[in-house]
Amino acid sequence: MIPQSFQYEAPATLAKALSLLQQYGDAKILSGGHSLIPMLKLRLATPEHIIDISGIKGLSYIKEQGGYLKIGALTKESDLEESRTIRTRYPILMDAAKMIADPSVRNLATIGGNLAHGDAANDHPAVMLALRAEIIATGPNGKRNIPVDEFFLGFFTTALQPDEILTEIHIPVKKAKTGGAYLKLERKVGDYATAGVAVQLTKDDQGHIAQIGIGLTNVSAAPMRASNAEAVLKGKSPTDELIAKAALAAARECDPNADLRGTVEYKRAMVKTLTERAVRLALKRAK
Amino acid sequence: MSTKKITVTVNGTSHSVEVEPRLLLVHFIRENLNLTGTHIGCDTSNCGACTVLLNGRSVKSCTVFAVQANGKNIKTIEGMAEGGALHPLQEGFKEEHGLQCGFCTPGMIMRCADLLERNPNPTEEEIRWGISGNLCRCTGYNNIVKAVQYAAKKMQEAEAVPA
Repeated sequence: MIPQSFQYEAPATLAKALSLLQQYGDAKILSGGHSLIPMLKLRLATPEHIIDISGIKGLSYIKEQGGYLKIGALTKESDLEESRTIRTRYPILMDAAKMIADPSVRNLATIGGNLAHGDAANDHPAVMLALRAEIIATGPNGKRNIPVDEFFLGFFTTALQPDEILTEIHIPVKKAKTGGAYLKLERKVGDYATAGVAVQLTKDDQGHIAQIGIGLTNVSAAPMRASNAEAVLKGKSPTDELIAKAALAAARECDPNADLRGTVEYKRAMVKTLTERAVRLALKRAK
Repeated sequence: MSTKKITVTVNGTSHSVEVEPRLLLVHFIRENLNLTGTHIGCDTSNCGACTVLLNGRSVKSCTVFAVQANGKNIKTIEGMAEGGALHPLQEGFKEEHGLQCGFCTPGMIMRCADLLERNPNPTEEEIRWGISGNLCRCTGYNNIVKAVQYAAKKMQEAEAVPA
């Protein structure tokens, strides 16, 4: 499959990339290309201009700083997998990185691209919802922080403006008694999730769930937070009964479509099972 | 039609060429450079037949534009044997019957070169996850796993021999 012709630029600086974006109006940003290039090949996207930001220095890093885990937008999935910080302190991100596509795709695919694509079938959106992350967008007037709950607006639609580039992700730094997990059911490696559930929670000294975030993958038009499920568990002691009740709430509030991966009923059942398991695993990790 | 000038080093040889931005890396390798060891299978980044090394890391060249490789190093299956001697991975696939039709083999070998570079002594499970983005439809994967184990052993023995 051959994409439609386009003009290609590979600016060396963010400032240059932003000015090109303003100049062209209809340009698409390419970082790892593993969402964009398939769309170009299928001609679902036919931009006149492509701005390859992968050569911009200083946008690939994983660091804890000022109360946040800061991840540069050009950080590759394989960088997450190989990061000691991620492995030892943010298992939810490690779970996700290892389940995204396959090793060769992860060598190019970036976390920024995964989010900016705005696809409810991608894995990082649910994880960022669970983590209550902030998405940092840089535009001609500087940076703005977008809470993740205001980032995913609808089907393949994000809060990014046409003249903005997603440059960084801020995740609240790991606190004590905090654990997370991302569980994804897929038919085969490289497939989109039949369903995926991301859970991040913090326990208080009494063992109650002080904070909880639950995000769902590929069971709604836009990436979604399972708010009802969160409400069942927040402030409570996580008994088997309550975990089951929360899982049922998640299964009810999601809105999957039937497709080759399963019926609506099946997907809801999988959300229920995965939510139970992810909450239990997150609790276990929240030591 | 506008073109871009790119310079890429493929198997140690530098090439400076004008390409259309939409030219896929796999087409550049096969059609511009006539290196047809890199195969096109699914054309959708699923099967891994087109896997090559880009700056030492395995990538699926059907989902990379040639312009993205500008200034970078590429290694294809043709660059694996050195001085007439098969690479330990090539030898392993031969010795352990790691192929039948051979269509997936170049991609498998390039993927496993990256795997062994990062993890010289992988477990069977790590090998299986490591090749999870490369499909074989003939032999199944058992002999491929054995071939990678053969290569890992041979490469480690070679490392252990004092120069």
